[in-house]
Amino acid sequence: MPDGHMTQAPETQSPEGTSRRRFLQVTGGAGVGLMVGFTWTGTSRRAQAAAAQTFEPNAFVKVAPDGTVTVLIKHLEMGQGVFTGLTAIVAEEMDADWAQMRAEHAPANAKLYNNTAFGPIQGTGGSTSVYNSWTQLRQAGATARALLVAAAAQTWGVPASDITVSKGVLSAGTRKAGFGELAAKAATLPVPADVPLKDPKNFTLVGTKLPRKDSAEKTTGKAIFAIDVVQPGMLVAVVQRPTRFGAKAQTIDAKAAKAVKGVVEVVEIPRGVAVLATSYWAAHQGREALKVTWDETNAEKRGTDAIVADYKTLLPKPGQLVTKEGDVDAVKGAKTVKAEFTFPYLAHAPMEPLTCVVKLGKDGCDIWAGDQFQTIDQMNAAKTAGLKPEQVTIHTVYAGGSFGRRANIESDYIVEGVAIAKALSDAKVQGGKLAGRPVKLIWSREDDIRGGRYRPLYVHGMEAKLGADGSVLAWQHRIVGQSIMAGGPFDQPGKPDATSVEGAAEIPYTIPNRLVDLHTTTSPVPVLWWRSVGSTHTAFAVETFLDELAAEARQDPVAFRRKLMEKHPRHLAVLNLAVEKAEWTKPLPKGWARGVAVAESFRSVVAHVAEVSQDDKGRIKVERVVCAVDCGIAVTPDVVKAQMEGGIGYGLGAIMFGAITMKDGLVDQSNFDTYRCLRIDEMPKVEVHIVPSANPPTGVGEPGVPPLGPAVANAIAALTGKRIRDLPFAGSVSV
Amino acid sequence: MPPIKLTLNGKPWSVDADPDMPLLWAVREIAGKTGSKFGCGAAQCGACTMHVDGQPVRACSTPIGSIAGSKVTTIEGIEGEVAKAVQDAWVKLDVVQCGYCQSGQIMSAVALLTDNAKPTDQDIDSAMSGNLCRCSTYVRIRAAIHEAAKALEI
Repeated sequence: MPDGHMTQAPETQSPEGTSRRRFLQVTGGAGVGLMVGFTWTGTSRRAQAAAAQTFEPNAFVKVAPDGTVTVLIKHLEMGQGVFTGLTAIVAEEMDADWAQMRAEHAPANAKLYNNTAFGPIQGTGGSTSVYNSWTQLRQAGATARALLVAAAAQTWGVPASDITVSKGVLSAGTRKAGFGELAAKAATLPVPADVPLKDPKNFTLVGTKLPRKDSAEKTTGKAIFAIDVVQPGMLVAVVQRPTRFGAKAQTIDAKAAKAVKGVVEVVEIPRGVAVLATSYWAAHQGREALKVTWDETNAEKRGTDAIVADYKTLLPKPGQLVTKEGDVDAVKGAKTVKAEFTFPYLAHAPMEPLTCVVKLGKDGCDIWAGDQFQTIDQMNAAKTAGLKPEQVTIHTVYAGGSFGRRANIESDYIVEGVAIAKALSDAKVQGGKLAGRPVKLIWSREDDIRGGRYRPLYVHGMEAKLGADGSVLAWQHRIVGQSIMAGGPFDQPGKPDATSVEGAAEIPYTIPNRLVDLHTTTSPVPVLWWRSVGSTHTAFAVETFLDELAAEARQDPVAFRRKLMEKHPRHLAVLNLAVEKAEWTKPLPKGWARGVAVAESFRSVVAHVAEVSQDDKGRIKVERVVCAVDCGIAVTPDVVKAQMEGGIGYGLGAIMFGAITMKDGLVDQSNFDTYRCLRIDEMPKVEVHIVPSANPPTGVGEPGVPPLGPAVANAIAALTGKRIRDLPFAGSVSV
Repeated sequence: MPPIKLTLNGKPWSVDADPDMPLLWAVREIAGKTGSKFGCGAAQCGACTMHVDGQPVRACSTPIGSIAGSKVTTIEGIEGEVAKAVQDAWVKLDVVQCGYCQSGQIMSAVALLTDNAKPTDQDIDSAMSGNLCRCSTYVRIRAAIHEAAKALEI
């Protein structure tokens, strides 16, 4: 690929930056009539270089001679609906028929497929997929349409302005043609610059209910995930990892493991000991027979109770300053309210355990994975294999969920797979006869639950001073916990980790004196972003504490919020929509109560009203959640609804029962029996209302999660008088 | 060890495997049918659900040797009006998100509707609570089962 201009820092780029780029066109060979994409603002030399690379996947749109329009999806489809949402954006600008559209994962290429919200990285996260692709894909679609129109104009000898396009058909008078018929001609034409985009009021697909592009294959068992990938001669690997975080293998006795029928080899890799076999079952049995002792010199040997106790010793001490407005110490309130919160480690537990298939040759490496950080994984894989990044080909396949787990800067499971394949290429291992054999690495559920990269454990301390009239005069919020960003490409050394304090640093409530600070702790327990990241805990603390203040002030929690939210009309509108649809003031059956919470995350605002009940045995059940969301233009509203439903369920399971605990550094949980997740009988009824908006789209994958916990906690407090501050709820009430 | 003889999706299937090998891995790795998924290996999540002689079972915890002679049906082999109604309803309501658990969900839903043509929400919750979905598509699973039941009435 030609050299790009990809050295800008993440924060200097924006989706709007796409206007500085120029489109290029690639003529296709057999089967591809037209490919349209863009490259960075470049020279004609670069455009030519790219154009010469026929079939180089440097494009977003392919039009096949049969009229099929394929959108290359630079993001991972992990359930959040990017195959549908991103495809809709292109289809809209092309005036295509939804039925002719299909989606496919783009290859790894940071120059063409970077996430413009991340900088020079191809990756999915932070609910940015539609947000960062919006302008880019509109331009890609509009340019493709313009080329097809120009092709029709030339072919028919009519002015382009006489041509209309609707549902994939170009027409002028009595002449009609589909995209496929014009694709070859369009591919020969010069690419127009600055093609105008549609006026959103003329959208016919965006904003409507469109069938998901992946429903059919995911309903028939045909969808391919990494665990389904088969390569000739492939071996299956499982890895025995240290039982305590930070330990290393000391002695390995593989004799019994190798005696298991089907086991082919046992190799040591930096992260543990891998057992390779002809089947998963044999590899699993081999691992059971493996004997490894661990050097635990640098391992975490504390239990989570001890970690919480350690964190609590920091609560009285000032931390690193995050936000300072006014002077909290100078305020003398009529009443002071204090609260401490604890949030446990959480595993992501996606349904498909981490899996990758690696085929390593002398000059190249192919990786199949539900790959979330394609170009970071490519670099890490290359480093492990001793190759250049461009020698590593990432084949992104559907991921069976992720919730953040597959996106980690060390590329943990990918690097393990490559390290195993690399170990097999060693001449000392069976004389090198296993070299080049593809390897499928499968994590078991126990590996997943005990494998770390958890949502960090946090302790929060809050203090507020109220005036005699119930006004909030001062607000102090102190957070203690590990940094997710430390050491990674998004780290900003010296500054507080934004992911530790997002949702607390800025709040939509006007309080004259406010102080937020942070104690960043360290531990060998690896931590990671978990669906909605910092807002998983900050929104809970802020929104339950605010509710408590409303109660202290003897005010209705909605009225109390409205008053403080006057300067945040977007938040206020979302809150108002949720309470209106939930009929906030309408009486509920005996033994039921409502709670409300609102939170902004990933540029979207969500409010939930939760209705909970308690049965005669004291068991709490969440009966119904009414959700309102402002995510800008809802590109595919049904996917937005699905993400809110999913966020509600994911968040509810976590606050009710989710916890990874440790005793003496050993994780207590191992599978879904001990790491309890929400089941269908615990799923409330859900109603989702979308605020109409003409603003560019913002995130939906994560923002449904943050307000769920506090809405439920506030409802429980309204029902029982009990304020739950230590998560999960299962420790405080019967659930 | 003689091969284990079964019927897989209507065809005779002779498997040369350790009788302790879970049905799931025999189907996935020996028969090459990958629609049924591995989620927990402990009958906790239902992603591996298949029908054995018409009953939904957790294939990850069913030794292949324990079901010799049985008729095994996977997501690739379901057919008939109930299966069609369920799959149609799943597509119509766009139930899926990541999709990984959905083969198992559908196998459980087909078994439920075969047994109970008009399940209530409570019937659905109790029949489907063994099938985890981390995307929490539960609201739509409930709706799709009702939708399929309605389609089958006509």
